[in-house]
Amino acid sequence: MLSRTADHLYWMARYTERAENLARLLDVSYQMSLVPQSVASRNENWRAILALNSLEAAFAENYREVNVESVLRFMVSDSANPSSIFNCLRAARENAHAVRGTMTAEMWESVNATWIELRQQNFEHILARGISEFFDWVKLRSAVTRGVTFGTMLKDDALHFIRLGGLLERGDNTARILDMQYHILRQNDDEGASDFYRWGALLRSLSAFQVYRKVYRDAITPGRVAELLILREDLPRSLHACADGIVRMLQLVANKASAETVRQAGVLHARLHFARIEDVLAGGLHEYLTDFMDRIFELGDGVSRDFLVPG
Amino acid sequence: MSADFYNEMYDSTGTLRPHYRAFAEWLATMPVERLERKRVEADTAFHRVGITFAVYGEESGTERLIPFDIIPRVIPAAEWQSLQAGLWQRVKALNAFLNDIYHEQAILKSGRIPSEQVLDNAQFRPEMIGIDVPSDIYAHIAGVDIVRAGAGKSYVLEDNLRVPSGVSYMIEDRKMMMRLFPELFSRQMIAPVQHYPDMLLENLRTVAPKGVTDPTVVLLTPGAYNSAYFEHTFLAQQMGIELVEGRDLFVKDETVFMRTTQGPQRVDVIYRRLDDDFLDPLVFNKDSMLGVPGLLAAYRAGHVTLANAIGTGVADDKSIYPYVPEMIRFYLGEEPKLNNVPTWMLRKPDDLKYVLSHLPELVVKEVHGAGGYGMLVGPASSKSEIEEFRTRILASPEKYIAQPTLALSNCPTFVEAGIAPRHLDLRPFVLSGKCGIRMVPGGLTRVALREGSLVVNSSQGGGTKDTWVLEN
Repeated sequence: MLSRTADHLYWMARYTERAENLARLLDVSYQMSLVPQSVASRNENWRAILALNSLEAAFAENYREVNVESVLRFMVSDSANPSSIFNCLRAARENAHAVRGTMTAEMWESVNATWIELRQQNFEHILARGISEFFDWVKLRSAVTRGVTFGTMLKDDALHFIRLGGLLERGDNTARILDMQYHILRQNDDEGASDFYRWGALLRSLSAFQVYRKVYRDAITPGRVAELLILREDLPRSLHACADGIVRMLQLVANKASAETVRQAGVLHARLHFARIEDVLAGGLHEYLTDFMDRIFELGDGVSRDFLVPG
Repeated sequence: MSADFYNEMYDSTGTLRPHYRAFAEWLATMPVERLERKRVEADTAFHRVGITFAVYGEESGTERLIPFDIIPRVIPAAEWQSLQAGLWQRVKALNAFLNDIYHEQAILKSGRIPSEQVLDNAQFRPEMIGIDVPSDIYAHIAGVDIVRAGAGKSYVLEDNLRVPSGVSYMIEDRKMMMRLFPELFSRQMIAPVQHYPDMLLENLRTVAPKGVTDPTVVLLTPGAYNSAYFEHTFLAQQMGIELVEGRDLFVKDETVFMRTTQGPQRVDVIYRRLDDDFLDPLVFNKDSMLGVPGLLAAYRAGHVTLANAIGTGVADDKSIYPYVPEMIRFYLGEEPKLNNVPTWMLRKPDDLKYVLSHLPELVVKEVHGAGGYGMLVGPASSKSEIEEFRTRILASPEKYIAQPTLALSNCPTFVEAGIAPRHLDLRPFVLSGKCGIRMVPGGLTRVALREGSLVVNSSQGGGTKDTWVLEN
């Protein structure tokens, strides 16, 4: 297929997935901020969200104080913030628009409808209706688009590049969410009962709470949470599952130039497939996740070079 | 009913024309509220599907719906037959003309058309001289604008031979009518039009370069900000071909390739929706970012077919239009079946003199203008607008032609105030290829929604109607 078409489809999927994960991250942060704590520590968590996306400077341009309302406004509907949910969904729609002829009518209509509905609600509406309802809506729209994609698209390269984009983005985002929340949670190690709610919120934000119960049938411990989200290959949002999918998609679309990228994906996959959580934690979780995100970034670079924007 | 105009639905005594009977009986049973509801439904559906067009001169990226009217324009079978015969004849002659002026120039040598009219025309492309194109076809796709005026006589208003658009609306309008009012289609035999993309693809495949048996056809678009982008995506999708932009293509060894995820792939036929000027920055507009460097060289070498060919603009130019009947006589030895609108050419001193003293009655058009931009409709213009236009004409008369203001026919249309007559035209699409000329019955009916307006262009607030050719 046309490289530019693949590029648009790939980015459409990445931005859709990014918006969804941003909603997940903000939702868990919001839930956690409801757990009793000092104002200072609460605002510290919101600052961490800005830092996670390297957005402190952009935020400071238009906002004075870091608090729940200002950060949510900035991250949800601010059109001046390139990483806001608003702009992610706009970028998803623009990429889809550019190649709408290559997707099924239902798919285009789903992406377009998300954008049309988003445009109709400003931040005040969203707050009035309840911010969590909005996050649910973002997740639902993402799920609808994904469902329509799987349910209607021919299983050809167009679908493979859509999946590749979604998986790379999801792997990166899961790692980011885990990295940030793990860091905050470990800092507040001694807070007892509230920890249960915090770890629970993190698991819920990645749709992994019930899975955790089912898999471990035991109390929630940080080590198991990390194991579940990193190493379980059967949890759809885990790093391992993302790496699995990335390898499979890359094999399906492989061309003459892509051997090195395929190899790198295989390495990434092997490092997850044969890892033990004790070793991961012993080496430092933050270091491990940073390395993972770097490798994902490299893979994205390779995909662009080999397939999407060939020289 | 106004008596001054031909009404498509009623004759001058107010009696229903027979081909509208089935529709009128149905309409009589429809409460206005239901029609209103259906209109809203149509708008919503068009928005959701994203059938929009961009309007130049407004905030960039503005997308608008082309208003869709739910009352169809109905054409009886016999009338269509004669219209079709006239269109075939006309397009055949136009293609013969293009082949001639880029080769022997017999028509110029015979003196039927003054040489300078063709050779000095900005749309004449010397680069095309001597190039042989497959099957001698230049205008593979023609959109010929037809109006009915006066007591009901049909005229060709213009021949669009460059990149005529609108065919997607013809198809979407039909889909919409079938969705809104399926019962109408069981009451009478209405000729289908939705197979147009198949026909177009077949046509494009027949004009592939010599020796190519399974050609790769692509559609070349200027991009998402072009006013007709919806149509480009629609047609590419319907035909199952790649929608490419200039940056997706490159030329190597006088051969065109597209960049794909599996490496370069050869391209044989380009259905281009990009004007000549932008096709190849090495030859035409140097600043064009939309084209493909080296495309003309590949074309000259016969390694790729462009549809339409380069240089067709000289045949649909308004300064050449008056000579089309002469082309038909010269190339086909036949009398023209379709009428031309009488036209004054302002480069001629006598014509100029007459037109300047009759501006309030006439329509004056720029020779190279299109889309309803840059024209004067005398009867609808203020004194100061007319005077301003007079100054422009005097500055360079050769840039203008003038025609009588045609009393365009009208058709009942569902507008704010209820059902009222509005003026319309018809653009049938004529396909020419190795196997001859083909078309689907009907075309795009455009309607001027403003009361009294004679300008049907979508850029000027026009809408569209479904067009029904009845089958016997």
